[in-house]
Amino acid sequence: MADAGADAAVKHPRRQRRLGLEPSRPTRYGLRFVALLYVGLLVLLPLGTVLWRTFENGVGPVWEAINQPDVWHAFRLTALVAILSVIINTIFGVGMALLLVRTRFPGRQALDFLLDLPLSVSPIVVGLALILVYGKNGWFGGALGDAGIQVIFATPGMVLATVFVSLPLVLREVMPVLREVGIEQEQAAQSLGASALQRFRRITLPTIKWAVAYGLVLSLARSLGEFGAVKVVSGNLLNRTQTATLVVEQKYQDFEQPAAYAIAFVLVFVAIIAIVIISIIRPKEDR
Amino acid sequence: MTEPGHSILSADDAPAALGQPGSSAGRGDDRRDTRPLGAGTGLGLGIGVLWLSLVVLLPLAAIVVASTDDGWSGFYDTVTGDAVAAALKLSIGMSLFVAFVNAIMGTLVAWVLVRDPFPGRRVLEVIIDVPFALPTIVAGLVLITLYGPMTPIGLELVGTRKAIFVALLFVTLPFVVRTVQPVLMELDREVEEAAASLGASRFTIFRRIVLPNLAPAIASGAGLCFARAVGEYGSVVLIAGNIPFQTEIASVRILTQIENDQTAAAAATATVLLAVGLLVIIALDLGRRLVGRRG
Amino acid sequence: MGIEARNVVKRFGSFTAVDDVSLNVTSGNLTALLGPSGGGKSTLLRIIAGLESPDGGRILIDGVDSTGLPPQRRGVGFVFQHYAAFKHLSVYRNVAFGLEIRRRPKAEIRKRVHELLELVHLEQFADRLPSQLSGGQRQRMALARALAVEPKVLLLDEPFGALDAKVRKELRDWLRRLHDEVHVTTLFVTHDQEEALEVSDELVVINNGRIEQIGSPNDLYDKPANEFVMGFLGPVTQLGGRLVRPHDIEVLLTAEPGTIEATVQRVQRVGFEVRVDFATPASAAVTTVQLTRGQADSLGIRDGLRIWLRAAPNASTIVAAPSLAKTL
Repeated sequence: MADAGADAAVKHPRRQRRLGLEPSRPTRYGLRFVALLYVGLLVLLPLGTVLWRTFENGVGPVWEAINQPDVWHAFRLTALVAILSVIINTIFGVGMALLLVRTRFPGRQALDFLLDLPLSVSPIVVGLALILVYGKNGWFGGALGDAGIQVIFATPGMVLATVFVSLPLVLREVMPVLREVGIEQEQAAQSLGASALQRFRRITLPTIKWAVAYGLVLSLARSLGEFGAVKVVSGNLLNRTQTATLVVEQKYQDFEQPAAYAIAFVLVFVAIIAIVIISIIRPKEDR
Repeated sequence: MTEPGHSILSADDAPAALGQPGSSAGRGDDRRDTRPLGAGTGLGLGIGVLWLSLVVLLPLAAIVVASTDDGWSGFYDTVTGDAVAAALKLSIGMSLFVAFVNAIMGTLVAWVLVRDPFPGRRVLEVIIDVPFALPTIVAGLVLITLYGPMTPIGLELVGTRKAIFVALLFVTLPFVVRTVQPVLMELDREVEEAAASLGASRFTIFRRIVLPNLAPAIASGAGLCFARAVGEYGSVVLIAGNIPFQTEIASVRILTQIENDQTAAAAATATVLLAVGLLVIIALDLGRRLVGRRG
Repeated sequence: MGIEARNVVKRFGSFTAVDDVSLNVTSGNLTALLGPSGGGKSTLLRIIAGLESPDGGRILIDGVDSTGLPPQRRGVGFVFQHYAAFKHLSVYRNVAFGLEIRRRPKAEIRKRVHELLELVHLEQFADRLPSQLSGGQRQRMALARALAVEPKVLLLDEPFGALDAKVRKELRDWLRRLHDEVHVTTLFVTHDQEEALEVSDELVVINNGRIEQIGSPNDLYDKPANEFVMGFLGPVTQLGGRLVRPHDIEVLLTAEPGTIEATVQRVQRVGFEVRVDFATPASAAVTTVQLTRGQADSLGIRDGLRIWLRAAPNASTIVAAPSLAKTL
């Protein structure tokens, strides 16, 4: 009996039950009930209500609401902005993670700290900040305008805003993995004759690929859903700089609720796919 | 999990392991696992820092600079002006409250996820992440559907502070859960068993053994909660009604100022929000280092 | 030829890990770098491999000045304490890694890898991932991987340090036999004197970043240059102000010229051997003597027995420094 328990503990260290330690049954059920009730009321109930509202009148009206030129335009723009931002943040994140973990230079701690900054800045403040630098009257806005480059109220500004809000997501997934695996595999490859590029491609990249994938999905979800910052820098121009989230707000305020719900449903669907992918990747990373 | 003996620190002559001078504080194997910048890495770092400056640092600096465009008195008048002060007070106060509630509820949920293996736990795991992945405006739409004029449960909250409270609880739900959960998983059960063998009751074990070990994670999760809530916009804007002095939060106030071309005022308000957020992450960073040094 | 280190210095801040070390590793030999943790031996090995750059001195590998060369151009095979297995690659691909980097033809790689896997007795594990191997198997794989590129020298950093005692012992014997077959110049770091004495052709004892003594295992055991080497290579006790090995003391029932009077204080039986602590009226220190069970029985060793001790005729002894005598 004891041996079987020990075996199970070895195989499933997280599932082990130690009867003397676990709270009594009523306490456990009570806590479970409170947790489920809280999450249920806070997340599940509203989410269910939205699904119900969306499909109140069947699938037909939902498709009709989505199948509009302005909506398709918004989806395409959203995808473009999100994909560009994710590519930029992935390259930046992997490169910066390598530098922060594998090299030392004065100011490394400060840089490490600054990279967390974007996550605690209000999206509206992000938008304002970008306007102050890249807007018509901004620090670089005039020069960029003379060169014929419009950043604010155009796609580049929206990409910048989206990059800002999701900047450290890839980085923060990759750094702990790099730190955890240490440098020995790379050094072993080096002593076997591998150049820096070969080491990166053959050793480092395969090691961090799940962390990169995880960070990538996180950034993608965040980028697709960015609202506040994009609202400020985009000017919210119909058929020009309106992303999916902006259309949701506009349709809702224009009393086109079914359209708002239909587009929101698409975004919910994408978000849920993203977290399901994340929950599949996570155990692999744990290994 | 890591394999036994995976530690990079070899038993031999890593000076850091001996606590010799010359090893930098913090990570013990820093010297051995890092190298000084070379030509290539130096160039990479330069590009990275330049990009960070262009996207993040310069724009944030621009806000601080623009906040005093109308002089220091302009800055002072703005942030102490009635509507702005009320909005800032509401955002900060409400965020503190939300962080407090989710610190408790998040710890509870994390505990259930780690220590109570019931069927359907995987589903709960996924649901916890929904607020992370859901676009904020959609979160706002979701909440207004439930608590709006057409509320199916007869609970209309639109235009009240309760609505803001619920919206912020929703978007910050995952933070504490996700910071506490891994710590709780790694917690050494033998310490709890030792306490039990010394005669401690289950509640005493939780209070005196488990809780102190979780405290840094809870604080860090609550800090993230607060930082997120204090600048939140999308999930609140539809449901709050945005009535000045009552339900207008700071970010909504800033957007109004932007739209009214009151750039200096918007920048001043934003500077206060930035400062508050910065304080929180500095505190978190210091806390993490203190804990790291102890561990 | 072989490996030559000239006046190598390495500092970490104000801590000097390697202090002006010069060393010649004879080509084809299996040489052990032995010393306590923190003594600088691993740092020296990593400097030879190019994984650490020295603050002064030169490294010559097979006569080529390699001081400024990056690790990938030194022609060394390096084996890490924790294997540094490429976790995402199969055993086969791990061993093939260096050959793939060198763009050798596929057929040649296949042939060479299979030879090596046979050599390290891992043929049947070619398709496994490192995580499916035991520690000892992983270390054998790491060794095959290092040998695959036919390195000029093989460097092993505490190669058996992470393994349990039984596997350690097996791998130690196996390494000795492997070296007798392959004959590549090998330098390996260990803090285990038994391992060093058993495996190596030549021993280099390092402490506090300096070389204490170089020689064959027998030389070092029988003629240690100083207290440190003597103490590090085996058990030491003191007798009449001199240091001597516990098994090099003769126990007599009657006083004879050159003997020291002693009283049995404590008898401890460990398997077939018997350790006896003696109090000597001449000094405060305790003398420990190692006897066989037969010797102890025939002498009738028991608590309180009065007896006479002297160093055996061929025993090597060293005058004890006052500080050391106190601790023994």
